[in-house]
Amino acid sequence: MRRSMLFLPGNAPNMILSGDCLGADAIILDLEDAVAPDQKDAARVLVRNAIKYLQFPGVEKIIRINSLDTPYWKKDLDEMVPLKPELIMTPKTSCAADVLEFDAYMSELEDKLGFERNTVKLLPLIETALGVENAFAIASASKRVAAIFLGAEDLSADLHCKRTKEGKEILYARGRMVMAARAANVDVYDTPFTDVNDDEGIRIDAEFAKGLGFTGKASISPRHVGVINEVFSPTQKDIDYAYEVMEAIRIGKEQGKGAVSLHGKMIDAPIVARAQQTIDMAVALGLGREEC
Amino acid sequence: MDKVVKTLKEAIQLAGVKDGSRISFHHHLRNGDYVLNMVMDEIAGMGYKDISVNASSLFDCHLPLVDHIKNGVVTEIITDYMSGGIGAQISEGILEKPVQFRTHGGRPADIIKGVTPIDVAFIAAPTADTMGNMTGKIGKSACGSMGYAYADAMCAKKVVVITDNLVPYPLPYPSIDETYADYVVSVDAIGNPAGIVSGTTKITRDPVGLVMAQTAAKVIQASGLLKDGFSFQTGAGGATLAAAQFLKEIMLKEGIKGSFGCGGITGYMVDMLNEGCFESLIDVQCFDLKAVESIRTNPKHTEVSAMRYASPDAKSAAVDSLDVVLLGATEIDTDFNVNVHTNSSGKIMGGSGGHSDTAAGAKLAMIIAPLSRARLPIVTDHVFCKSTPGSTIDVLVTQKGVAVNPARPELAAKLKDGGIHVVDIFELKEAAEKLCGSPKPLVKGDKVVADIIYRDGTLLDRIYNVR
Amino acid sequence: MNTLKKASCGTMESSDAYMELEPIEAGTQIELQSVVEHQFGDSIRALAAEMLKEEGVENVKLSIVDRGALECTLRARLETLIGRAREEAAHA
Repeated sequence: MRRSMLFLPGNAPNMILSGDCLGADAIILDLEDAVAPDQKDAARVLVRNAIKYLQFPGVEKIIRINSLDTPYWKKDLDEMVPLKPELIMTPKTSCAADVLEFDAYMSELEDKLGFERNTVKLLPLIETALGVENAFAIASASKRVAAIFLGAEDLSADLHCKRTKEGKEILYARGRMVMAARAANVDVYDTPFTDVNDDEGIRIDAEFAKGLGFTGKASISPRHVGVINEVFSPTQKDIDYAYEVMEAIRIGKEQGKGAVSLHGKMIDAPIVARAQQTIDMAVALGLGREEC
Repeated sequence: MDKVVKTLKEAIQLAGVKDGSRISFHHHLRNGDYVLNMVMDEIAGMGYKDISVNASSLFDCHLPLVDHIKNGVVTEIITDYMSGGIGAQISEGILEKPVQFRTHGGRPADIIKGVTPIDVAFIAAPTADTMGNMTGKIGKSACGSMGYAYADAMCAKKVVVITDNLVPYPLPYPSIDETYADYVVSVDAIGNPAGIVSGTTKITRDPVGLVMAQTAAKVIQASGLLKDGFSFQTGAGGATLAAAQFLKEIMLKEGIKGSFGCGGITGYMVDMLNEGCFESLIDVQCFDLKAVESIRTNPKHTEVSAMRYASPDAKSAAVDSLDVVLLGATEIDTDFNVNVHTNSSGKIMGGSGGHSDTAAGAKLAMIIAPLSRARLPIVTDHVFCKSTPGSTIDVLVTQKGVAVNPARPELAAKLKDGGIHVVDIFELKEAAEKLCGSPKPLVKGDKVVADIIYRDGTLLDRIYNVR
Repeated sequence: MNTLKKASCGTMESSDAYMELEPIEAGTQIELQSVVEHQFGDSIRALAAEMLKEEGVENVKLSIVDRGALECTLRARLETLIGRAREEAAHA
C-alpha cells in the first residue's frame, strides 16, 4: 500500500536517516534533481549504505536514479539493484523504448546477481509531453512496470505553461495518466504539491487527485504526508459500507439469488470490486474486521 | 522617609553586605540581565570576599561571574538552572563547594524555611516607584511576570530594588509591594531588551520534532485527560511547543474548554487562552513579547509567585492541579530517570527549573525526545545524573514509539486503545544503539561539582567532573 | 596502486562528516575532530584506519570533521573520498 511517497535528497544524511519515521508509506531516495552533478558519486554510496545498514523497516524504498541522457544511470543501477528496493523510479521516461532500455540493463544485473528477473520493479516518472502521450505504452512496456508517476514541474515547462496551485494546466495529463495506468492494470501516483506551507491547498489537491483515480501522491515535505495518508485512506463509513456490500453478496449467494440489492440499490460487479479494494486497504491499515 | 539611594555602591553598603554574605537575584531578565554583573562588579570592587550567590537561574550573560569565583569573591552558588558557558566552567571544578541545584519550587520553599537564608536580595525591577513598589509589566525592560522574585523579597533581611524606570509614588498594581523594599536604586539600564524576551518563540520545523509533537498530542488525547477543565503546561522547546500547537487544533476542533495553562508562558499559550482553550493562564515567567503584552492587558493572564507555581511546602501549588506537562530531556534511562542538568558530555548545561516540580504534580508527565541526537542515544542504562526521578515520569514520546512507565499499566492500556504505538523502553534503547552503536560511557571524575537537591530537600544526585 | 591526489567529500551538516585526503611522504595520519569524540572518537579512528588498509591506501593524511555521523554514513563518505582521490589521480 502506497498512499504517500516522500522525496528525500540522496546526499543529506540527516534527512535520509529519519526516513522511516516521518509517516510516509514509501520514501523516494533521490539521486537525480536533489543531487548536484559533482555529488552524484557521494549520494549513490550514501543511499546504498543507508539502505544496507538501516533497512528502513515498515517503509517501502524507492530510488529515483538519473535519466538515460546522463552518464550516471548505469552506475546508479549497479549499486541499487543488489539492494532489492521495492521500486526504481526512472526520470524523463518518454516512450516504451526508454523503459526497455532500463529493463534490459536491470535484467542483465539480475542475471549476474542470481536474482529472478523482474525482482526489482520500475516506476517510470512521466514528465514530458511525449511521455504523457505515450503513457499507456510506457505502462504496458514491460512486466517490470509496477506503476507510473506524473511529474508536473518538468511537464509544465515542456508544455510552455505556468505551474499553478489549482493545476488546471495538468488536468489533461492527470486524466490521461490515470486512464493509461488503469488500462495497463498498474498503479498511478500523483505529482507533489509544492507549496510546503499551504496546509489547506495540499488537502484540496490530494482530494482532487484521489477523485480522479490516483493510487496515491508524492510529497516533497514531511508536513504533507499526514494529509495525503488521510485523503487516500478509506473512511470508516467507506469501510462499513464495503463490509455491508460483501455481507449482502454472501447472503444473496446462500439464498441463490441472481441479483442482490442493498438499501434499495442494485449491487453490481463494479460495486463489489470497489468494496473489495476498500476492504483490502482497510485490512492493510489495520482497520479491517477479523471475520473477513 | 526616603528609600531612593543615589548609587548602587551606597545601597550595597546600607544593606550591610559583608564578607560571607548571601545575596540573591531573579532571572526574569534572562540572557539580557545586567543587574547581577553590575552588583557583583561593585561588590568585588569594594573588596568583599566569600559571597554566596543565590540566583534563580544563571545565563551566559553572567559569564563575568566566573572571574569572581576564580578570585574568591564568590565561593558558593545556589541556583535552579545554568547555561552551558558557565556550566562548562563549573564542570571544570573552578568552585570549591559544589553548586547547589534546586528546583523552581524547592528554591522558594528553602528560602522561606530558612534553609538558605538571604542577607540581601537585589531585585531588578522593570518599573518601580520611590518606595519600592515594583512591576515587570511595564517599562523599557519589561519582562512580564516577576514570579521568581517573591520569596527573595519576602524573606531577605534587606531588599534592594534596582530599576531603570523610576516612577512617582504610588505605582498602581505593583507585583511586589513596598512593604518588602528597603532601598531603591535608579540605573540607566537593567538589561538588554533583546535578551530579556525573544521576539517570538519558534516552533520547530524539524520533521522528526513535528512527528514527535503530533504523537504527543495524540497521547494526551488517548490518555482521557483531554476534556473540559483540562490543564496543561509545556516547555518552550521547539518540539514541546509544536505539540501545544497540535493540541490546540484538537481542542478547537472538538470544542474542549480547558481550565488553565501554566508555567513559563509563550505566545502560543496566549493564543490558546485567546481562542478559548483555557479559562486562564498561571504565569510565573514570560518567554516572549506576546506573553508580556498579554499579562499586562488581559486579567485572565495571572502573575503568580514561584511558591504558588510549584512550592512543595505550599498548602497547594498550581502544579498540583496540572493534568499534563510536556518536558524535554538530555537523557532518560530505562527506569525513566531524566537528566536535564548536563549535556551528553557530562558538562553542566541546564538544570531542573520546573522540570521535577511539574513532573511530580501533573497527572501525566511526558518527556518528548528523539531516539538519538548526533549519534548519541537518548535512552541509556543510567543517566549521567538524575534531575527528575523516574517514578514521576509517565511517558516517553520518541519518533519511533511511545514508552510508558511500567508502573502505569492502565495508562499503557488506554494509549494502546487509542491507537498509539506503545513500546518497551528497552526496545527504544536497543533501537537507538543499533542505529548509533554503543557509546563509550562517560567516566566520572572524583570531584563533586554540583549537588542536585530534590524539591523535598533531599539530595537526589551529585554531578561529578568529567575525566 | 597508491597514486592519489588530494580530494574532499561530505558536508558540515549535522549527522554528516566532512573529510579530506591528501598524499604525504610516508605513513598514515588520521586527524579527527568530532562532536562525539568522547563516546565514539576511538571507534571512528579505527574504522577509518581499517578502511584505508582494506583499500590499500597508505602514505596519506586523512582529516575528518565529524558532526555526529552514523557508521554507515562515515563508511560511505570514506569510500567516496578514496574513490575521488583515485579518480583525481587518474585524470591528472
